Amino acid sequence: MIPILGLAAGVLLGLLFDPTVPLWLQPYLPIAVVAALDAVFGGFRARLDGIFDAKVFVISFVSNVVVAALIVFLGDQLGVGAQLSTAVVVVLGIRIFGNAAAIRRHVFRA
Amino acid sequence: MSTGPPGSSVPDGTGDDAVVPDDLGPGQGAQADAETGEPAPEEPTHEAPTPDDAAGEQPAPVDPAPEAPATGDEAAQSATTEPEAPPGAPASAGRRRVGRDPLAAALIGVLTLLLGFALAVQVRSVGDEQVLAGAREEDLVRILDELSARESRLRDQISDQRAALRELAPSDGQSSTALEAARARAEEIGILDGTVAAEGPGLVLMIRDPNDVVRVADIVDAIQELRGAGAETMQIDGARVGVSTAVTGVPGDLAVDGQPITAPYEFVVIGSPQGMETAMNIPGGVVPHINSRGGSVTIVPSDRVVVDALRPRDRPQYAAPETDD
Repeated sequence: MIPILGLAAGVLLGLLFDPTVPLWLQPYLPIAVVAALDAVFGGFRARLDGIFDAKVFVISFVSNVVVAALIVFLGDQLGVGAQLSTAVVVVLGIRIFGNAAAIRRHVFRA
Repeated sequence: MSTGPPGSSVPDGTGDDAVVPDDLGPGQGAQADAETGEPAPEEPTHEAPTPDDAAGEQPAPVDPAPEAPATGDEAAQSATTEPEAPPGAPASAGRRRVGRDPLAAALIGVLTLLLGFALAVQVRSVGDEQVLAGAREEDLVRILDELSARESRLRDQISDQRAALRELAPSDGQSSTALEAARARAEEIGILDGTVAAEGPGLVLMIRDPNDVVRVADIVDAIQELRGAGAETMQIDGARVGVSTAVTGVPGDLAVDGQPITAPYEFVVIGSPQGMETAMNIPGGVVPHINSRGGSVTIVPSDRVVVDALRPRDRPQYAAPETDD
């Protein structure tokens, strides 16, 4: 319940305040969002599996975001930022798909 | 995420219970190791990258027991979690549930709030407009390349259009001048031919003929004399005189181009008034001749007379303009 409320409140706040993304954050924000989404999906799946651990969720959330941003940052420094961010998005996308499939099995038993 | 490797797709829909722990086991197990071993030192290092996640508060004890015991029947099938499970299992099995720990709940709430916020902001900023300021260098270079290519294309187009304009403008000027000239010429010819109304200085010449003595030859003489004296166009009793005008009939029943005229015969002539008047009055000319035969002639010079009778345009039936080109 808390995550859903938090998500909804965050979306509302974001739409309400409509802040400008700082320049230095612009390349990383989308990646960070995707990474966090991956964490959220994973947490939801763990919850359905009955093995959800708040601490694991928090740490994985944070580390996911940080690592994703770090990879992109590194890529930018190496001059392959665009490709690396694509790679990160692809990997995270695959993971999200996998988690979504597991969630689907739980919810629909199929 | 703690949900283990990306390739965690469940192979068989029927084996949920058997498969899921395999996927999640390693991650959870590793995490549990750290927690059970030494909770305090581990947590700050994990939280360090994001200070706003209340790293300082994190050291508050999180349930040290591994996740596996909570769902013992599933965890038992996982090889990695099993060794850790026995020690903490009996004590903390009941406490390891979401929402039991207010701190964890608060953290989760904050994180998801941040995620929602970032999501909304990102979606909004992408939807706003294409922000070049945040683009990468190579993207910018590509965009610049595209723009310069487009610019050079447009420049080529401009120069093409300019050349076409240069080509067209003079010819247009020439043709319009030629058209003007042709129009002016057509008007002149129309005045001479009698197909266009005309006005200008001239005179009105009135021949009274009470005794029906004026013959065709007198009218023709008058016309010739007037032309000789510089008459440009004229009309006789409302009949325009042109190049091919014919005067026919007998005295008292004359006609110009088949249109009957009756005395007094009124000539409206455009030309030099003085010259024509002088020409009419020279001894042996039109006026003395008609006067001597019983008619009378009056001449009224005028600064502005109007010759507005028109002749039908003669369309040559056989002749066509010679075309050199």
